Amino acid sequence: MTFKTSVELLAFHNVAYTIYAMLIISVIAWFAYNLTRKEKAKSIVRIPFYGYIAFLVAGGVGHHIFTYNTIPWVSEDIMRHNIKPDKVFEIEIANHKFNLPGKMEIKKGQKVLFDAKSKDLVYGFGLFRQDGSMVSQMQVNPGSRNDLLWTFNECGEFDIRSTEYSGPEGNKMFVKKAVVVTGCNKGGKS
Amino acid sequence: MSLMKNLINGTNFDASKLTALQKVTLRAVVMSFLFYGLAAIEGTLMRMALINPNIPPIKGSAEHFFSIMTVHPIVGIFGSTYQLVFAAFMFLIPYLTKKPLYSVGLANFVWINITVGTALAWIAAFVWHYAPLYTLYWPLPADTEQFKTIGGIVFIIGVALIMIGTLGFIYNIYATIFAKIGVHKNKTTKELLISAFGIDGLLNLINKLRGKPPYSKEPALSLPVVAIFRGTVDTFLDALVILGAGILVLVYLIADASGASWNVHAIDALLYKNFFWWGLDLVADGLVLIYVAGSWYLLATIITGQKLFMENVARAALLLELFVSWMVWSHHLLADQGQPEMMKLISGEMVTAFELLTQGLALFITLVTLWKARPLEMTMPLKYLLGGMLGFGLAVPAAIIQADMGMNRILHNTQWIIGAHVHIALLTGLYMTLYSVVYVLWPLVTNNTKLYSMKLANAHFWLHLIGSIGMGAFMGMAGLDGMLRRHFYMNGEFKTFMILAGICAIMMVTAWILFMINIIMSVGLKGLIGIFLPAEDDTATFGIEPQPSVVASIKRG
Repeated sequence: MTFKTSVELLAFHNVAYTIYAMLIISVIAWFAYNLTRKEKAKSIVRIPFYGYIAFLVAGGVGHHIFTYNTIPWVSEDIMRHNIKPDKVFEIEIANHKFNLPGKMEIKKGQKVLFDAKSKDLVYGFGLFRQDGSMVSQMQVNPGSRNDLLWTFNECGEFDIRSTEYSGPEGNKMFVKKAVVVTGCNKGGKS
Repeated sequence: MSLMKNLINGTNFDASKLTALQKVTLRAVVMSFLFYGLAAIEGTLMRMALINPNIPPIKGSAEHFFSIMTVHPIVGIFGSTYQLVFAAFMFLIPYLTKKPLYSVGLANFVWINITVGTALAWIAAFVWHYAPLYTLYWPLPADTEQFKTIGGIVFIIGVALIMIGTLGFIYNIYATIFAKIGVHKNKTTKELLISAFGIDGLLNLINKLRGKPPYSKEPALSLPVVAIFRGTVDTFLDALVILGAGILVLVYLIADASGASWNVHAIDALLYKNFFWWGLDLVADGLVLIYVAGSWYLLATIITGQKLFMENVARAALLLELFVSWMVWSHHLLADQGQPEMMKLISGEMVTAFELLTQGLALFITLVTLWKARPLEMTMPLKYLLGGMLGFGLAVPAAIIQADMGMNRILHNTQWIIGAHVHIALLTGLYMTLYSVVYVLWPLVTNNTKLYSMKLANAHFWLHLIGSIGMGAFMGMAGLDGMLRRHFYMNGEFKTFMILAGICAIMMVTAWILFMINIIMSVGLKGLIGIFLPAEDDTATFGIEPQPSVVASIKRG
């Protein structure tokens, strides 16, 4: 099981968390109802204390193990200093404006390094699809390294928006269709 | 006629019979709920602007929108939550330790300082549109090209006053807990400290495993007091960090006002972020979770009238949370590529995951304590306690999900974070727990004043519960679709979710109005004014023989 894009991951996350939310609401509702009843409630499931603790530990740690093994950008991000990118785009941000190296054209499957530098404030660098959903992002701090290595597993045109607040002026930091990814089957996105 | 009578005189509330301890508690509570209303209205205005940006009073102005966004958490967290928590604990500590409060004067200083400080921060945003947001990411708060220097100075003075008030609260709490009077007359500071840190609980567990008698059969401090002490350690550190950041901003602003132009890049933005988040996270992951766990334990024992289930485990868990809460700040910096990977992995992911354990334990212990005492009557405190636990049951796993290097890449700074996690944690989890405390303490601090209407109380409960979960959920769904949390969308993006979240926000404002009507009709306008008049009775104890505060006793000789 591997999530190729954030769309797939977020769809899975949406379903999984909704199921969890319904479950915990039901558990508390069932608990509240039976708390007031005189008759002894029948336990649906009996969980021993240490089993519950083990479940919490396994849930907390297992979640990270799961994402490491199913989300491709996790290991890529950790190991990015040892990976040679196919393309590097230098981006400069100052006075609430992106200074981009023209239209960024990428082939599907290429590893691209977005190397952003801020001359003044803390900004964000976010890639968005035409429907507004997020592809990826990073913070851009002045005076430190801001490098995002990304493999595009989808085709299309992507907008850039600052994902961090930098004052009211920053609200206009938006570049339409700044990134183009090609190389998919004709008419397809993947 | 009856309505008018209630509005003026309340039910059977008599402010003149209140002690000094009851009055100072109620003063902070009144200010807290007024600030809550302000924060709720501010939040709703932002929600409305995200549905239709041209709606008044924001009318498409990004300056106005972000000014509101800057003060909204200051008013909500400090003006309201801090005041309510501090009020409850300044009453509970004397009540639980069976000792007088150290100083009623200091308690008055606390609520006045926090009230004035919050008002100043609000004025700075309202008048001068000072809007660096609560995150104060360096060098934005010192950016005098975007913001007026005077606005920044007033804002920082406001925040500093809040923190000074906070330090006053901490001093009062510690001076009361460690006062060697009454039941603690023969206790040493070491014994009290061991109990306060939960070490006695841990030693009891170890001795049990080794087959030895317990280290302490009767711990010096009750469990809720231990939780209050532990949470207050984080409150202290957080106050120092925010004060430190405030001083830094103030120095730069004053330098600018005097004509000097200092290089803002002399301060490393990422290092500053680490420092600031270490402190600020102590509010969220230390203070809130620990205070909440302590409040659940107290509420469960009061509601059931029985001992807490697995008390030693609960004490030891509070000790564990001491280390956990100090080491989790990097989960706020998972999208910062300059942050060392090891810190992201250990602090941001692994240690943060332990919060699932500590909060899960608190949930388990509280639920089992309630379960063992069934059948219970579904009173207002119990109803709110269950609502509060549900809130954290939803919000804590949401936090663990986003504190992950894979998920954070696409969730950081989206509406998911502020909706599904923060607002559900605060509005459903924290506030419903606090409302439970309010209903438990109501007869104690008001001398058994009859509540005006149970129908209003129930309407408030359901509107707040559904509104808060609904708003957080719809914001979260918009976040999954890519909606950012610190952005003013002007072109109707994410409109469906924003309309639904807006309806839920209105439900919460309505809930607050109903709650305030119920409270005002119970205490009456006369009673409300009476709360702020000097107390004739200087008693600073509750539930034991009346005694004045420690300071008042010393003054009398």
